[in-house]
Amino acid sequence: MTDENSAPEAAPEPVVDPHVAALSALPGVKSVSRPLGEWVIEAERAASPALFLTLRDGFAFEQVMDVCGVDYLDREERFEVVYNLLSVSKNQRLRVIIRTDAQTPVASVTGVWPSAGWWERETYDLFGIRFEGLADHRRILTDYGFEGHPLRKDFPLTGFVEVHYDEARKEVVYDKVQLAQEFRNFDFLSPWEGMTTLPGDEKARGGAK
Amino acid sequence: MSDTQVTGVPVKRTVEIDNHTINFGPQHPAAHGVLRLILEMDGEVIERADPHIGLLHRGTEKLIEYKSYMQALPYFDRLDYVSPMGCEYAFALATEKLLGIEAPERAQWIRVIFAEITRTLNHLLAIAHFAVDVGAITPGLWGYEEREELLEFHEAVSGARFHANYFRAGGVAKDMPAGMEADLLAWTERFPKFIKEVEDLLNANRIWKQRTVDIGVISAQDALAWGFSGPPLRASGVAWDLRRAQPYDKYAEVEFDVPIGLHGDCYDRYLIRIAEMKESVKIIRQALAKIKPGPVKIQDRKFASPPRAEMKRSMEALIHHFKLYTEGYHVPAGATYTAVEAPKGEFGVYLVADGTNRPYRCKIRPTGFAHLQAAEKLTKGHMLADMVAILGSLDIVFGEIDR
Repeated sequence: MTDENSAPEAAPEPVVDPHVAALSALPGVKSVSRPLGEWVIEAERAASPALFLTLRDGFAFEQVMDVCGVDYLDREERFEVVYNLLSVSKNQRLRVIIRTDAQTPVASVTGVWPSAGWWERETYDLFGIRFEGLADHRRILTDYGFEGHPLRKDFPLTGFVEVHYDEARKEVVYDKVQLAQEFRNFDFLSPWEGMTTLPGDEKARGGAK
Repeated sequence: MSDTQVTGVPVKRTVEIDNHTINFGPQHPAAHGVLRLILEMDGEVIERADPHIGLLHRGTEKLIEYKSYMQALPYFDRLDYVSPMGCEYAFALATEKLLGIEAPERAQWIRVIFAEITRTLNHLLAIAHFAVDVGAITPGLWGYEEREELLEFHEAVSGARFHANYFRAGGVAKDMPAGMEADLLAWTERFPKFIKEVEDLLNANRIWKQRTVDIGVISAQDALAWGFSGPPLRASGVAWDLRRAQPYDKYAEVEFDVPIGLHGDCYDRYLIRIAEMKESVKIIRQALAKIKPGPVKIQDRKFASPPRAEMKRSMEALIHHFKLYTEGYHVPAGATYTAVEAPKGEFGVYLVADGTNRPYRCKIRPTGFAHLQAAEKLTKGHMLADMVAILGSLDIVFGEIDR
């Protein structure tokens, strides 16, 4: 991923890592970083299919191992779509992150890697992120006729419905979820290590937001 | 019939049946779990295959978001229940990476040994079921018998045959019991004989070859494009093994071969698994030779509990124990995609931490998901009976595909 894309006549002491230079030069790339030794690109939503095509053909990322969503409720564009790419020939991984919201679709990469189809269906199913150009936009993991997107942070862990067998109707029916005991979500966060700013510490710590 | 009875005159009705669509599963013994396949047939030939998955979806990823890191680990046993420790491995390594800790030497060797035991367990079942699917009962019976012996090792270290919950971020739960290294060594001497017996049964078996050779062929290029990994990818001739390419723990220190196939058909996928079991035995023998006594979990009390004896005397140790098993450890904010070479292929975990004691997001990358997705690609133009052989050769388990 270095040779053909970085300038071969570079100075003996390159100021910028050749990887960073080559990746940042791609259109639509917002930032390139390497936390924990893993290459991460943040990219514009509009750059999507073209950028991935370049990454596949120019950087030899033959495989998309995984496409998934992450939900950040408090952000304006709440969803991250995360593509984990793998280059078998160059033994490298790359993570591409594109942000979107619940309404704006992201371009499908099924044209680049056919295997992306099911991953995108899954991301749609669990997060409600829509993919433009995805031929098969059905749900995949949840039940037939399921409503809602369970991995969103505002979807309760217990869900809204449950199934049981109805003796009178002789079939399995959906019902509103009824918990014998309220869902208990313990707060184990220790105020000694877990909180950075204790109540009353705001002045000493330079003020809490 | 009732129409005739009521009116007395037979009522003529035209019923159009599309006899070209077959519903395979979800309770079909050859569907390897709860796969529902809608097959569009042209006579006996498959034209379209549409797998409906998710019948075993348990919301693992959502549940993990509500558990501490230590509580999340047992969920991984329940993903690929045929090779439980292979899945635990990915999560343990991902957590270690985010925490910036490393397991002690002995723990790393133990994990390598058990990852390979798991691989053998998995391949034994894969081959056993594959053979049963295409009509050979004997390898199935033998495979199960041999698995029991390996499951005893599982039981010896973890107390459980399947849902081991043995690996931890920072090591393993406890040391191997005394004498186990010798037992393992004895097993590595016995086991190759068994592989030989299975090979004698199947390798040149005419029926077996008729059912598997040139069935479900996929080229290296297609296998890559469809996101294949593990034995199905290697059967297509791509020498790619994460243990070799991106070694984790002690895999860099053991010697083993990465077998590859030439044709990418069902028979090659079977042969690869046989060859990999032999390599696993090789790796276990090397690991047993190199393993030394020592601690099996990280000695930092913030991540691993102190020994019970110490807790009886030391208040500090007791507090650590209590904090660890209620609150758990906090993982600094960050994200990692960590993958291991699980028996079925690349098993990855995309773990996002937000600095609290629970994962913010834990995406599990199952291996079989990508393989099953290519079902249509692999079966198109094949006979219905070949579908079963192809499914068997892909070695899919719905615990991990549906999560």
